[in-house]
Amino acid sequence: MTVPAADLRSIAEVSALVARREVSPQHLLERCLARIEAGRHLNAFIAVMADSARREAERAADEIDAGRSRGPLHGIPISIKDLVDVAGTPTTSASAVPALHPETDAPIVRRLRDAGAVLIGKTNLHEFAFGTTTEESSFGMVRNPFDTRRSAGGSSSGAAVALIEGMCYGSIGTDTGGSIRIPSAACGTVGLKPALGELTCEGIVPLSTTCDHVGPMTRTVGDARLMFEALAGSPLPMVANNGPFAFGVPTGYLLERLDPTVRTALSETRRALAAAGHRVRDVQIEGAEITADVYLHIVLPEAAAYHAPLLEQYAELYSPGVRLRLEMGRTILAEDYVRAMQLRGMLIAHVDAALAGCDALLLPALAIPAPVLGESTVTIDGAAEPIRTVMLRLTQLFNVTGHPAIALPSGRTGTGLPLGMQLVGARKGTAQLLAIAAATEAQITGGAGSVGGGTG
Amino acid sequence: MTIAEWLETVCADADRRALPQLKPLFETLARSTERLRRADDQRRAPAEATRRP
Repeated sequence: MTVPAADLRSIAEVSALVARREVSPQHLLERCLARIEAGRHLNAFIAVMADSARREAERAADEIDAGRSRGPLHGIPISIKDLVDVAGTPTTSASAVPALHPETDAPIVRRLRDAGAVLIGKTNLHEFAFGTTTEESSFGMVRNPFDTRRSAGGSSSGAAVALIEGMCYGSIGTDTGGSIRIPSAACGTVGLKPALGELTCEGIVPLSTTCDHVGPMTRTVGDARLMFEALAGSPLPMVANNGPFAFGVPTGYLLERLDPTVRTALSETRRALAAAGHRVRDVQIEGAEITADVYLHIVLPEAAAYHAPLLEQYAELYSPGVRLRLEMGRTILAEDYVRAMQLRGMLIAHVDAALAGCDALLLPALAIPAPVLGESTVTIDGAAEPIRTVMLRLTQLFNVTGHPAIALPSGRTGTGLPLGMQLVGARKGTAQLLAIAAATEAQITGGAGSVGGGTG
Repeated sequence: MTIAEWLETVCADADRRALPQLKPLFETLARSTERLRRADDQRRAPAEATRRP
């Protein structure tokens, strides 16, 4: 079943209607709840907070009627990844390990409430955000609406599916190696990983305390900006710049092995940007081939540090793959963690160097279309590789370096699966990155705009 | 600790804990650690060369 276009409008569109009282928050919420019900088989949500959301929508409507607008998220249904604390609701992390029962909201949730958002529910994820497919979730695999035999990416896959199925208007995701951008690419949504430390991860179950990011997932770049501003608690500086922009496409390791459909999409995006007057040239990121090794020696021990006491008590409750990755992390030597942190500084300098003379880097967000659930390897150019390695390859570098990055939908494969491109901005340059992404959204998405309906 | 010593230790521990599934993962991790150490040694080499006769 195709999702009605009215259920796939942007936050900017519906918030204007809500502000003019042409559509009520209650109507938006009931439509989203109906879409959640219609898409139960996709496993996008772990918990639907219908009762509290109805109270919040009613309160928003009363405030708007009384002329007390809280801004563009006022009365808009937003979903929260179930790794993030919402007071009075269990934080399950999609695990059978006993959930947290927070009495207070994570600061970013508090900011959403301050902005008048209606919190519709908690979305499904790969257990403890430690994977890219959601095949390991105690609440069932999240299925890709474009082909339910396939993964919706991960770890924030429930968030992406909720967006393309009209179950909410914006989602909160987290990203430690690509967990916002990978499902965005697999499902055809926009996903912003801000600069490292820009949004607080307090009240969010950690995976890697030095690589974790939280950010918005939306249907348009404009909506990502609206949500980012709400999460940050202050407006971004206005960047009056419509280009032309200079884009650097990294050559070498990062783009050596791409699915042919992804390589074609990248070529088409380059052509579209050049035709619109932007400059696109190849750049080198020195040392990029060491990224996965650096990432592994930072993320595994940091994850193990959080989970060690839980493993002592609940080892058997973890999904086998997640448990084994955590057990590996417990064995990494301090010497190698320190070496990885020092190489991290080198990678930051190399990405800065690649960005010198460019406004942003351009590369795919995901090297393959959404993989088939249950498969452990994928073949590219005749060589089989673990799916997890391939899915993280184009995103994890920017978790290590902390540069802001945004995934945008960028066409489809011949069988209709979404593909995604990624723009990477200068450190501390999230406002500029969002301005570039907004100015080039039409070229990158192929003129089709943002989210098209999936099939439920 | 050399990587070979580390691998021997962690594989023995995996056997002791009845988690033999970890052993192939440790072998993959050992190769990753080798690449990491090589890259870090190369990073340090220019500065060390001028200061350590």
